[in-house]
Amino acid sequence: MIHSLFLINSSGDIFLEKHWKSVVSRSVCDYFFEAQERATEAENVPPVIPTPHHYLLSVYRHKIFFVAVIQTEVPPLFVIEFLHRVVDTFQDYFGVCSEPVIKDNVVVVYEVLEEMLDNGFPLATESNILKELIKPPTILRTVVNTITGSTNVGDQLPTGQLSVVPWRRTGVKYTNNEAYFDVVEEIDAIIDKSGSTITAEIQGVIDACVKLTGMPDLTLSFMNPRLLDDVSFHPCVRFKRWESERILSFIPPDGNFRLLSYHVSAQNLVAIPVYVKHNISFRDSTSLGRFEITVGPKQTMGKTIEGVIVTSQMPKGVLNMSLSPSQGTHTFDPVTKMLSWDVGKINPQKLPSLKGTVSLQAGASRPDENPTINLQFKIQQLAISGLKVNRLDMYGEKYKPFKGIKYMTKAGKFQVRT
Amino acid sequence: MMLAIKEAASDMSPYVRKTAAHAIPKLYSLDSDQKDQLIEVIEKLLADKTTLVAGSVVMAFEEVCPERIDLIHKNYRKLCNLLIDVEEWGQVVIISMLTRYARTQFLSPTQNESLLEENPEKAFYGSEEDEAKGPGSEEAAAAALPTRKPYVMDPDHRLLLRNTKPLLQSRSAAVVMAVAQLYFHLAPKAEVGVIAKALVRLLRSHSEVQYVVLQNVATMSIKRRGMFEPYLKSFYIRSTDPTQIKILKLEVLTNLANETNIPTVLREFQTYIRSMDKDFVAATIQAIGRCATNIGRVRDTCLNGLVQLLSNRDELVVAESVVVIKKLLQMQPAQHGEIIKHLAKLTDNIQVPMARASILWLIGEYCEHVPRIAPDVLRKMAKSFTAEEDIVKLQVINLAAKLYLTNSKQTKLLTQYVLSLAKYDQNYDIRDRARFTRQLIVPSEQGGALSRHAKKLFLAPKPAPVLESSFKDRDHFQLGSLSHLLNAKATGYQELPDWPEEAPDPSVRNVEVPEWTKCSNREKRKEKEKPFYSDSEGESGPTESADSDPESESESDSKSSSESGSGESSSESDNEDQDEDEEKGRSSESEQSEEEGEKKKMKKRKKVPEGQREGSSSDEGSDSSSSSSESEMTSDTEEEQVEPASWRKKTPPSGKSAPAAKEISLLDLEDFTPPSVQPLSPPTVVSTSLAADLEGLTLTDSPLVPSLLSPVSGAGRQELLHRVAGEGLAVDYTFSRQPFSGDPHMVSVHIHFSNSSDTPIKGLHVGTPKLPAGISIQEFPEIESLSPGESTTAIMGINFCDSTQAANFQLCTQTRQFYVSIQPPVGELMAPVFMSENEFKKEQGKLTGMNEITEKLTLPDASRSDHVVVQKVTATANLGRVPCGTSDEYRFAGRTLTSGSLVLLTLDARPTGAAQLTVNSEKMVIGTMLVKDVVQALTQ
Repeated sequence: MIHSLFLINSSGDIFLEKHWKSVVSRSVCDYFFEAQERATEAENVPPVIPTPHHYLLSVYRHKIFFVAVIQTEVPPLFVIEFLHRVVDTFQDYFGVCSEPVIKDNVVVVYEVLEEMLDNGFPLATESNILKELIKPPTILRTVVNTITGSTNVGDQLPTGQLSVVPWRRTGVKYTNNEAYFDVVEEIDAIIDKSGSTITAEIQGVIDACVKLTGMPDLTLSFMNPRLLDDVSFHPCVRFKRWESERILSFIPPDGNFRLLSYHVSAQNLVAIPVYVKHNISFRDSTSLGRFEITVGPKQTMGKTIEGVIVTSQMPKGVLNMSLSPSQGTHTFDPVTKMLSWDVGKINPQKLPSLKGTVSLQAGASRPDENPTINLQFKIQQLAISGLKVNRLDMYGEKYKPFKGIKYMTKAGKFQVRT
Repeated sequence: MMLAIKEAASDMSPYVRKTAAHAIPKLYSLDSDQKDQLIEVIEKLLADKTTLVAGSVVMAFEEVCPERIDLIHKNYRKLCNLLIDVEEWGQVVIISMLTRYARTQFLSPTQNESLLEENPEKAFYGSEEDEAKGPGSEEAAAAALPTRKPYVMDPDHRLLLRNTKPLLQSRSAAVVMAVAQLYFHLAPKAEVGVIAKALVRLLRSHSEVQYVVLQNVATMSIKRRGMFEPYLKSFYIRSTDPTQIKILKLEVLTNLANETNIPTVLREFQTYIRSMDKDFVAATIQAIGRCATNIGRVRDTCLNGLVQLLSNRDELVVAESVVVIKKLLQMQPAQHGEIIKHLAKLTDNIQVPMARASILWLIGEYCEHVPRIAPDVLRKMAKSFTAEEDIVKLQVINLAAKLYLTNSKQTKLLTQYVLSLAKYDQNYDIRDRARFTRQLIVPSEQGGALSRHAKKLFLAPKPAPVLESSFKDRDHFQLGSLSHLLNAKATGYQELPDWPEEAPDPSVRNVEVPEWTKCSNREKRKEKEKPFYSDSEGESGPTESADSDPESESESDSKSSSESGSGESSSESDNEDQDEDEEKGRSSESEQSEEEGEKKKMKKRKKVPEGQREGSSSDEGSDSSSSSSESEMTSDTEEEQVEPASWRKKTPPSGKSAPAAKEISLLDLEDFTPPSVQPLSPPTVVSTSLAADLEGLTLTDSPLVPSLLSPVSGAGRQELLHRVAGEGLAVDYTFSRQPFSGDPHMVSVHIHFSNSSDTPIKGLHVGTPKLPAGISIQEFPEIESLSPGESTTAIMGINFCDSTQAANFQLCTQTRQFYVSIQPPVGELMAPVFMSENEFKKEQGKLTGMNEITEKLTLPDASRSDHVVVQKVTATANLGRVPCGTSDEYRFAGRTLTSGSLVLLTLDARPTGAAQLTVNSEKMVIGTMLVKDVVQALTQ
């Protein structure tokens, strides 16, 4: 299966390599660099690159390429999914996944990678189990390890691996028993020039942070489960209960995990919470253009829209922009031609706007297309689809847990074509 | 090493066995001579029953001996059943292995080869399959078991499909993809559709995942276009997508385009053309070309659009358009002389060689359509010949040759000039071509035989190119595989075998349990954990889930049966198996209660279709006796023999119809469950829908309409005019619930007049109605005379405009006028519609949020039975019953008369009496009122 893993940073240095079978020479990465050069942007590097003897499968996250080398036929998604799982694990272990952090924790990284794959076949990928095998680094432990010369490797086999619920550690104990659920919905939309919606859909996830003692058995029910059109579960969710009663019943893993991700049925009309008024024009005669954007709330169910950020990729011919926002700050990068405007909160009484002129390259012809506007925003305490959690119950343990549910709506891939 | 592995393979701990499985491929890669011994170990480990081991051993199997498909036979059913509990990585490997296995062992579900069932076993399975298809078809299937379908899917094939389906909900993209390819390669056409939704969901994932999924979707969408059509918009392109994703999405959009959606697709394409990403723009133009070739209707539109692009300032866009236009024109050159002229003019401006070459070729090919321009173009090209790219030069020679043949008078000199230039070109290709062309077209002294046919050679009609997707033939690779992605065979790729002509013997998968396994079985079960999910059987699908099929349970030797057995015995009888009970642990408690709940349901339901059961049980019994006696008996027989007996104790009604109990215990279990799978009270369903249909047909009070659905509204007769106030004329009205003959939007109201005075009442008619906006009345014909003591009935129609406002009008006799008003209960403003459960759910999905009104209520004891509930609801509102798979859900559907908006009513009743009423309707007012009325009716 997976032979080797190379970690390559954005400047093209291989800063970590790990081999599970025989050692594959670094030179295999030359094919990757070639492809990287051909693709102008990092995202455009093809995820699968065939070379004469190997195949390189890569994912790009946190500005690092994770390149897996395989030799024989294997479902590509299998490898890609695994690589993403590696990144998630690093993030889980170290908080962030970046080059310096990986370099700092190189021992733990190797230990984790060793456990995750056995002869190229995934072995322990559940973070709960991994953490029992290899303790995440803390300052204290690092000090102790340096003095005593011991390692982070746990000395016993994780019991969870053999249990009925391989994702949960055994013998969990907390003084405060808490279970928090975040219902986060993202609106993906394409809005056309005139402001009408071309596509809009809602994708949601329920992220949980469960810190409960023992082996709690939780059930979570919704007021309107019918909204959920297509769902995918964490392995802990009992599929049968869901099918028959539309109730989520599960023994949670310990700590943070994604319980559920769902899609709200496409037939439902999606309430678009913001609108963008835009007036962008480039003139042929002069090398100046006009630029004006106003953002305003549309269907917000009485909630305020926060964290609004407007970004737009300007055409190549744009030299500079002189703009003045009525609120927030804006930047324009003349190299990448990226305009970004951090609006902040939208006040319905006084709509934020960004006005000014665009100076174009002299002599160059008018760019024939207008830039698309990407929008980010957040609305607290609102799930735009109307999904509501009905109740959360716990069985199997005696104590009373503290329960909390938070709703949030965010912009996913929200684009306005101009 | 070998010894160590062998020892570890029979270790007590499944974790050790798992690592032993991991060691096998390692040893194999070191020393492939030991293959035979290793295969033995694999064989042994394949028989292992723990989920932990399954994934690893199949992986070892794939690496060491993927060709030994015979090792799988015995473990096939077990693997299918364990699949859901295996960890994600193992699932992927097992699924792709099972795909190959199924391809060799089962018949193609798409072929229509009639396979007559010679043996009762097959017929028996046939019914099982039908049950899996949906609750609607079961009664029919149970009644008419044999030879209804020409192709009968192997039950093991069905088992695989059923057990993999829930995995589409997995969080792991790799698992979803694996299931998707399994369905694509193995499922009958009608069932492949289920994977579309899951695949579209993956498009939200990381861009690498998107890339792989889109590649596969592109291949699938060529073969099964309908599958992804509803998700067309999910493939719309965002400006932030990486180029490779954009191009793949474009590919999918092009594949999905058809007559109906082409306008929207083209509009999307139009916006893409203005994108900054030039590669993507070029691909879009290609895509437009493909749409134009595939869909004749839009060819001209596309062509015009492309011609407009020719004036684009971006040269790449123009060049790409020229190339595509060339291809399109080849299909119907005659009408497009103008476009060719336009293109000819462009030769001065366009610099991209490919585009220039295309234009020249077009002019040469259709020089007859542009006889004046063609020589001029040649003149220009001859002038710039030396500066052209090779590809253009070749086309110049080509053009010259063609013109020489058609119009030698004007072009002879030019052609010779071009050929001479070409003769001394640096490129030998061009020199060769020039020499060859000269020989062909200029007749020499030798009078070459070829030159006589020159015209035929050059100006032969050429077939139009077919613009095809590059994904056209990729599906011979197993989807989701690396080879498919690269469109080239990767090392170690296992070909997906073709379906066999004849089905191999299915009995190889039957597991007769040899003595030794039985013993070790028992031992093993002590340490074996119970899978988290109660059993894989029950999970499998929404329709057949709750009452896991008894047949498959009995034939799957492994866990599922042993567990359900143990579950029942531990909860109900004293003969329980201590070992099992201990290991089951806490996690099974809830399941036990679930099981119990199910049994209650079964009991309840069992009463309803009693009659039907009597009929089917006997022949089913005989069928199953033969099948089960064959070899399906499992190692757990003893347990099960205990268990049904105890079960019967708990369910007294089954006793009377069950034939002599003990010796056919297994069988009894089988004939006991089918009724519970039946949709609840089928007679009601049929009659309701029948009534709804009938009502549409008849205009009179039909005696055919069963009393259950009373033709008269539950409100009964309402008084319109009291006899005292009416001076002897008493008038009542009822809502007849029949379509009003004159106007379908009107509610038909029967008005009963009776004369209790002692003088005849004359000239009864409706006088000047004073109606609120929108409401209209179709008056009844004047009643000339009503003699004392006589009564008569008239029908009038009122269009209430979907509101409950009263219709006020005057009732006039010759002497008097009475002001009367008719106010409809909300339930009368609608007419029943008949729809299937799926349609219902679909419609309901569209009417959520504001359009959904929910109310909780408690059903009094008196109105808990099906009959009463249905009657009460239908009496309150003129709705049609929708068949429903689950026992305590009732669904009704109707449309409001005026606007025709749907009104969907769902009643979810628990056995305890608690119930929830949901009404979905676009008309919220109607919805709210209806909820109120129905709740009132039900709680009375």
